[in-house]
Amino acid sequence: MSAPNSSYDPVEVTPLQPDEVARMREEALAAIAAADSLEKLKEVRIAHAGDRSPLALANREIGALPPSARAEAGKRVGGARRDVAEALKERQTVLEEERDNRVLVEEAVDVTLPWDRVPRGARHPLTTVAERMTDIFVGMGFEVAEGPETEAEWFNFDALNFLPDHPARTMQDTFFLEAPSGGESGLVLRTHTSPVQIRALLDREPPVYVVAPGKTFRTDELDATHSPVFHQLEGLVVDEGITMAHLRGAIDAFVHGMFGADLRTRFRPSYFPFTEPSAEVDMECFVCRGASVGDPDAPCRTCGSEGWIEIGGCGVVNPRVLTAAGVDTGRYSGWAFGLGVERTLMFAHGVEDMHDMVEGDIRFTSAFGMEI
Amino acid sequence: MRVPVSWLREYVDLPVDVTGRGLAARLIDAGLEVETVDEAGADITGPVVLGRVLAIEELSEFKKPIRYCRVDVGTANGTGEPQGIVCGARNFAEGDLVVVALPGAELSGGFAIGSRTTYGRLSEGMICSATELGLWEDHEGIVVLPEGTGQPGAEAVGLLGLREEVLDIAVTPDRGYALSMRGVARDAAAVYGVGFRDPAEVAAIGTPGAGYPATVADPEICSRYVLHGVSGFDPDAATPLWMKRRLALTGVRPISLAVDVTNYVMMELGQPLHAWDRGKLRGPIEVRLARKGEKLETLDHVKRTLDPDDILITDESGPINIAGVMGGLETEIDMTTIDVVIEAAHFTATHIARASRRHQLSSESSRRFERGVDTELQVAAATRAVALLAEFGGAVVDGGYTHVDLSTARESIAIDADHPARVAGADYPAGTSARWLREVGCEVTEEASGETLRVTPPQWRPDLTDPNDLAEEVIRLEGYGAIPSVPPRAPAGRGLTDSQRTRRAVGRALAGAGFVEVLSYPFLGERDFDGLQLAAGDQRRSTLKLANPLNDDEPLLRTTLLPGLLRTLVRNVGRGFSDVALFEMGLVYLPKPDAPEHAPMPPVDRGPTAEELAALEAAVPHQPRRVAAVLAGDREPAGWWGRGRPAIWADAIEAAREVGRAAGVELAVQADQRAPWHPGRCAALYVVNNVVDNMDGGASRTLVGHAGELHPRVIQAYGLPARTVAMEVELDQLEEARSGLRAPEVSTYPVAAQDVALVVEESVPSGEVEQALRAGAGELLESLRLFDVYTGEQVGGGRKSLAYNLRFRAGDRTLTVEETTAARDAAVAAAAERTGAVLRG
Ligand SMILES: [Zn+2]
Repeated sequence: MSAPNSSYDPVEVTPLQPDEVARMREEALAAIAAADSLEKLKEVRIAHAGDRSPLALANREIGALPPSARAEAGKRVGGARRDVAEALKERQTVLEEERDNRVLVEEAVDVTLPWDRVPRGARHPLTTVAERMTDIFVGMGFEVAEGPETEAEWFNFDALNFLPDHPARTMQDTFFLEAPSGGESGLVLRTHTSPVQIRALLDREPPVYVVAPGKTFRTDELDATHSPVFHQLEGLVVDEGITMAHLRGAIDAFVHGMFGADLRTRFRPSYFPFTEPSAEVDMECFVCRGASVGDPDAPCRTCGSEGWIEIGGCGVVNPRVLTAAGVDTGRYSGWAFGLGVERTLMFAHGVEDMHDMVEGDIRFTSAFGMEI
Repeated sequence: MRVPVSWLREYVDLPVDVTGRGLAARLIDAGLEVETVDEAGADITGPVVLGRVLAIEELSEFKKPIRYCRVDVGTANGTGEPQGIVCGARNFAEGDLVVVALPGAELSGGFAIGSRTTYGRLSEGMICSATELGLWEDHEGIVVLPEGTGQPGAEAVGLLGLREEVLDIAVTPDRGYALSMRGVARDAAAVYGVGFRDPAEVAAIGTPGAGYPATVADPEICSRYVLHGVSGFDPDAATPLWMKRRLALTGVRPISLAVDVTNYVMMELGQPLHAWDRGKLRGPIEVRLARKGEKLETLDHVKRTLDPDDILITDESGPINIAGVMGGLETEIDMTTIDVVIEAAHFTATHIARASRRHQLSSESSRRFERGVDTELQVAAATRAVALLAEFGGAVVDGGYTHVDLSTARESIAIDADHPARVAGADYPAGTSARWLREVGCEVTEEASGETLRVTPPQWRPDLTDPNDLAEEVIRLEGYGAIPSVPPRAPAGRGLTDSQRTRRAVGRALAGAGFVEVLSYPFLGERDFDGLQLAAGDQRRSTLKLANPLNDDEPLLRTTLLPGLLRTLVRNVGRGFSDVALFEMGLVYLPKPDAPEHAPMPPVDRGPTAEELAALEAAVPHQPRRVAAVLAGDREPAGWWGRGRPAIWADAIEAAREVGRAAGVELAVQADQRAPWHPGRCAALYVVNNVVDNMDGGASRTLVGHAGELHPRVIQAYGLPARTVAMEVELDQLEEARSGLRAPEVSTYPVAAQDVALVVEESVPSGEVEQALRAGAGELLESLRLFDVYTGEQVGGGRKSLAYNLRFRAGDRTLTVEETTAARDAAVAAAAERTGAVLRG
């Protein structure tokens, strides 16, 4: 590689001269710094750090030196090659970063574009609100009982102390089913979820703690506040030593869980054949908390400025009902309630018209999503 | 029951400052459902005064006769001069006392009175009719007041009671006594703790036993029967103004004095009365049950066939009244009646209730009898009526009256004195129960040193029969507000059942897959089944039928969820939504072929026996829970990402599979033909039963539903978007098929994948090829997926190529190429054998 030496002197091997090594190093570093793309840097790498680069060639010459000179020359060339390799690595990092930045910028998208490609579904708010109501009681240890919607009159009326000729029976606006012959069948569309009370008592031994959500039917034309098909949540407790105080406690737990922790409730005397004593249940208006009463300047739409909202009926299970279900009235007593699911939805979520709940318009239902 | 507060005050010493609203609140607390407090006449304002007609000038030049009157209104017009008023009515004369609305007054309905020139005269005000004053409906002319009502110029509003608070009470069936002023007044007196003057405390007039002859056939139908009468009644006598006004306020239209008096006494005391023209009665009266075939034309001109359960009032001519429900036309009082017989009776509530239902006659009278009338009120009520007829009709009360008394003494009820407190869960001071029970009219005897009470309820409270009835009286009067709130302590619960959790999971899965839940009415008509193209004998046409549907076109109960969903789909499309996916979960109602004609009604004085219960259940229709879904338009919409994807039959099947997965079962699919689906695009859906029960070791399967594209004729009948697809599956059957979940073995050895393309006849369902491949591949097969279907020249006409990706893996080793290939070959061989598949070159 080298020209024949006039004398065998290591300093005479030109490529290994300090000046020469320094020059090669500078050239390499300058080329690296000048490389403005990864492609150019690759060329520079081949030219200045490759197998045939001047420094690589110089390195080979070291073997030609006498042993005494090899160490020094090796150190000199090795140092230069390390510097070049380091500079290459640094430059590589810089250029890769520059390339990445450029590419990622080029790949930027409009993230505000809509993606309604996957259709969105929803559960009906009456379904989800009934589940929520149910779950409040399930959390207290209640089971969920069920019964058929087309029901024997015996379950819907007789066993619930609606005697055959009692006005309460005719006041129920009942859908009756025709027998195949066209006569009376003794079947009705259940007018309330209360027949589930009887079924629950026939299915289980006390203590009985159940709720029963479900569809109910009355011959009311559909209007803003009525529907021939609606939903109730029935509650029934039969145990030893049960009083109206526990009933009140259960109603309070429901109101607090559903509408707000510090709302008051009140019972108003009422009449249902299957409970005695009976009460209508009101809760304090959770919007105005009674502030709208007698204040025409601040009317409340939620409670109609009454201060109270009616949410259902309840009472002590009439011992005649327990008797009809074969329960020992000497030992057990109970209470029951019926809460309106539609009313709960109307109040809890501001639904103002029953039509919205029955028409199935996807805009209405979609607004409620999967859970309430 | 509408209760004018001023009328109530006649019997109760209510504090002067008690308002209608305040009274309502107290009565509500005591158990009367006061729905509204109306202020009748609140819209009458300005100068409305009494006037005396001084002179009438008849104006005859107009189409109808008109009067120009000079009316003395005192100083109410500011001048003291007579007021000139034009009037179209003719039922008054000079010297009559009338009501004048002066300019500036406003009458009911915002009717403003001013001065105006009409019929050529300046009319400064109006002479008012009863209707215009909101008194009662009367289009016969103006109101002529009786002499002595007041002086000309006096304010009419106060004098005539034009403004009046009225409580509207929804009387619950247990409180029949509240269908009278007397009953409400008694409650009002109790809640305010003030005096009560009983309007029924009137001394009988005349000799008992000397009235119109009457007998009662059976004490079970009538426990007391009273007849009293008057003679020389003036049929033209006018009903006094105050009586008309009170009747109008309670919602009863004034008719004639005789009728008005019977209504007035009914409102006052709660006792329904009937009045006959004595001249039309034939011989003695008998109260008895109807005989088969008897007929009666009632006051409403309807000829009615009577039922042997109807209580009748009869004379020698036959039936004259359906007791307690409606009178007969023949014996009605009319404008010639001068002798009147008044009937006051106590008929048995259940008979009246049945008769009222049977004849579809609900009257003020039947309403009261059904809810129970005071059993001792009849003599007083008849006496009140004849006294009023005598006073205002110029008649003479008969010297004797008829009183058939078949009543029996009321039984007493024994309760523990602390029973009400135990029911309430509250502490009441000793003596509380006895005190309140006496307050509501019970006779209370304390026994066992006050621990037991023997209680005899008053005759106007037939509803008080059980210890809890008495408890309610005590608890409500003590105040429901005094009941403490104690959380119930249920035993540890088990949460929801599997079935209940599954339903929630299915709902969430379908909603998550883009379906919107619908709750539609279950009422259908034959038209729905026709629209679904169901054949005449289709099982789904066998339905339960409502006796009294809301809509005569829809008397049937659904046997499929689809019609409700399809109608809702159409409604949404009509509202501008072209891409709609809906689902519904709910019961269908299926008649049981062997159900009895009438569901049994076992006794309720004990629990039903096992046999009785079984008979009841046999009568209740089968009501399985289904879930159904419909889709129309795009399943995925078009957008900036590219084209949309229309919903197709496969989306309906996938929705059903979604339901299956949520319920924990895998659905198997097979081609089927069934309305309402497209015969070439309909899938039957099966679950494979857990129990292996057939000979070749294969599991049996149960049909759980169908899915696919709807038949074009269904699309047309319902007005659906083209290519609408639908599915319906029976959730109950999915739940039955579900087996316990077991954790799978997850192998970490490498997978070996193999692709095969098989050529089969076009008619071969891919599902069968897949089944064969799975069966042939054996246990090493981890998964299998159809990734391409090709038809075309390369495979030849009438054939198709199905390309599958098979993935093999073992749980304990890495598979060799030989093992994988052998498994693949076995799979292909099975497919070849079962479906004629040929491996494509
Ligand atoms: Zn409010």
